[in-house]
Amino acid sequence: MMSDALMRENIAKPIIELRHLSKLYKMGNQEFYALNNFDLDIAHNDYLAITGQSGSGKSTLMNILGCLDYPTNGSYKLKSKDVAQLDETTLAGIRNLEIGFIFQSFNLLPRASALQNVMQPLIYRGIPIKERRIKAEQALIRVGLKERIDHLPNQMSGGQRQRVAIARALVTEPAILLADEPTGNLDSGTTMEIMALFDELHNDGQTLIIVTHEQDIAERCHRVIRLTDGCLVADSVNHEIEENYIEQQAEKEEKHV
Amino acid sequence: MSSFFFKIVESIRAAAHSVRAHGFRSFLTTLGIIIGVASVIAVVSVVQGLSSSITSQFDDMGTNVVNVNAFTPLKDRLQGKIAKLSYRDFLEIEYKVSGINHITPTVAATGPNGVVQYKGESTATRVIGTGSSYQALYGIFPEEGRFFNLSDDKSRRRVAVLGDSILDKLEIKGSAVGQYIMIGGEWFKVIGVLEKRGKLFGFDQDDFILLPYTTTRALMGGAEEPDISISLQVDDASQLESIKQHIKNLLRRNHNLSKDMSDDFKISTAEQMLDTVNSITSNTTMVLSGVVGISLLVGGIGIMNIMLVSVTERTREIGIQKALGATRVDILLQFLIEAVFLCLLGGLIGLLIGYGAGALVSNIIDLPSAEVPMWAVALSFGFSAGVGLLFGIIPAAKAANLDPIDALRYE
Ligand SMILES: Nc1ncnc2c1ncn2[C@@H]1O[C@H](COP(=O)(O)OP(=O)(O)OP(=O)(O)O)[C@@H](O)[C@H]1O
Ligand SMILES: [Mg+2]
Repeated sequence: MMSDALMRENIAKPIIELRHLSKLYKMGNQEFYALNNFDLDIAHNDYLAITGQSGSGKSTLMNILGCLDYPTNGSYKLKSKDVAQLDETTLAGIRNLEIGFIFQSFNLLPRASALQNVMQPLIYRGIPIKERRIKAEQALIRVGLKERIDHLPNQMSGGQRQRVAIARALVTEPAILLADEPTGNLDSGTTMEIMALFDELHNDGQTLIIVTHEQDIAERCHRVIRLTDGCLVADSVNHEIEENYIEQQAEKEEKHV
Repeated sequence: MSSFFFKIVESIRAAAHSVRAHGFRSFLTTLGIIIGVASVIAVVSVVQGLSSSITSQFDDMGTNVVNVNAFTPLKDRLQGKIAKLSYRDFLEIEYKVSGINHITPTVAATGPNGVVQYKGESTATRVIGTGSSYQALYGIFPEEGRFFNLSDDKSRRRVAVLGDSILDKLEIKGSAVGQYIMIGGEWFKVIGVLEKRGKLFGFDQDDFILLPYTTTRALMGGAEEPDISISLQVDDASQLESIKQHIKNLLRRNHNLSKDMSDDFKISTAEQMLDTVNSITSNTTMVLSGVVGISLLVGGIGIMNIMLVSVTERTREIGIQKALGATRVDILLQFLIEAVFLCLLGGLIGLLIGYGAGALVSNIIDLPSAEVPMWAVALSFGFSAGVGLLFGIIPAAKAANLDPIDALRYE
């Protein structure tokens, strides 16, 4: 068990620290910075929206945050550990342990049932099949898909597929949840359902980072950053929501005591 | 190590899932392996059944047995000459060559003497005249009754020993021993029935009657001396060559062959014949193995081809798996084991088909039972797994080396 002091210090320390981060693409003779000298701290239990025009570097940033891609320069500390230049196999392990991905196009394995999809990341963690099944079922129940456990992706609606993807991201209990335009393929009703689910996860202590084009989604988040041509141009905290949230959390804690 | 084992088990699970998901395609993919292994097993089982049945024929024949037969060289045959061994040749060898254990002449009765009758039934068979040593030389013993002995032969008794099939052909009911049959118009008493030997290539090996040599000669009459063959057993194996040489010299002198003329007889030993048979079967096996090896190779290339297509098709899935934390080794193992799994599955199906086909062929050509030796099974499986590994490695490496972001973007 961690001591209270240590816990608080841990929470106080950003879960993600980016310093002078850049990503350079070379195409023929042309060089192009998709991310340019980028600094960013993300706190534990943050609820961050990344906005910006198409081509501004949001997905590039997400891929680096998700340890799928290497930055050209700069440092990336995830839970105080520098992961910018680790080898591929170690990075795969970090993706498996620390990161949950949610994509715009769901990216479910097409020939696997909802349950099998959610069990998949646990394979790479070496968890035996019985335990995998139990954990996956719990995750699917949490996203409200108890009835669809044996359905294949093409037997489900877009919203249901995205819920499966969220369950798959949650099942490993990741440090950060990365969602790249998670509601881009969904209608507004379903979008609200998914956002309600994200709110719930955030309330339970999850750190969430969401790329979005939609203003009303960004407004629901506690912090919004804006990218232009690979540079951070705006970083604002949504004070009203943030204060509400802090009050809520305090109330919760009081109830506990 | 245990985590590696875990990965193997999970990969096998994934492979089974994938093979099941693409049932028909998986079947087509392994068709080359199925055909390759099926033909190995079918061919090997038939050749082995064949060679073991031939070998067992020779095994019955005692060791150190030498056969002497007349042989007409082609040149003489064209001139209408036909070589013969005579009873005098037999006597010369019997008395002049030392170191011989058993020796007997053998003559085939021809024409009307090959017709046998019993209670209104009549049939044609091979009627063979031979000495009492025949049973020791060829290892054929009576199942019932007795073989004829020296005194039967000396006194030209009209006694017969029957091959098992004769009982059926003549519809003899109850014990044949003690009954009378008619051969070439003369009555013979049945004194023994030989043990059954079965069929070879559809040729009934029990369809013959043995009579004492002298009796047979009397039956055939004295018009023309028949061609005989001589079988003998050498006492001491180390003397075999010198005895063969002795017989050769003796016969050449008897037949008045001058130095420049070739032998008009052939001296062969059971071992020689066995060697010939063995070398034929092993050559056949080798040539066929080569053909089959090539077909397995072609099957392997087929598998590689489909696996490469399948890697491309599943690029996005691979990207997803990598995003979820699959390492290069995880993906490599997954595809490699899928290839090996497919090949082994093909090998297993091929084994069953090959075994069935071998049994069918053996049945049709009346070989005893087809036996598939363990080495052929092990070799087929080993080869299948090897083909899977060899041709699976390139697609698997291609999958493992995919960049996760590129793979996720793949449409
Ligand atoms: N592999 C690559 N090679 C070269 N250029 C690339 C590569 N990947 C991305 N880029 C470029 O980097 C820039 C940022 O791309 P990115 O995908 O991060 O944009 P984005 O903000 O996610 O846009 P969108 O909102 O359309 O998804 C773009 O101009 C893109 O063309
Ligand atoms: Mg993008």
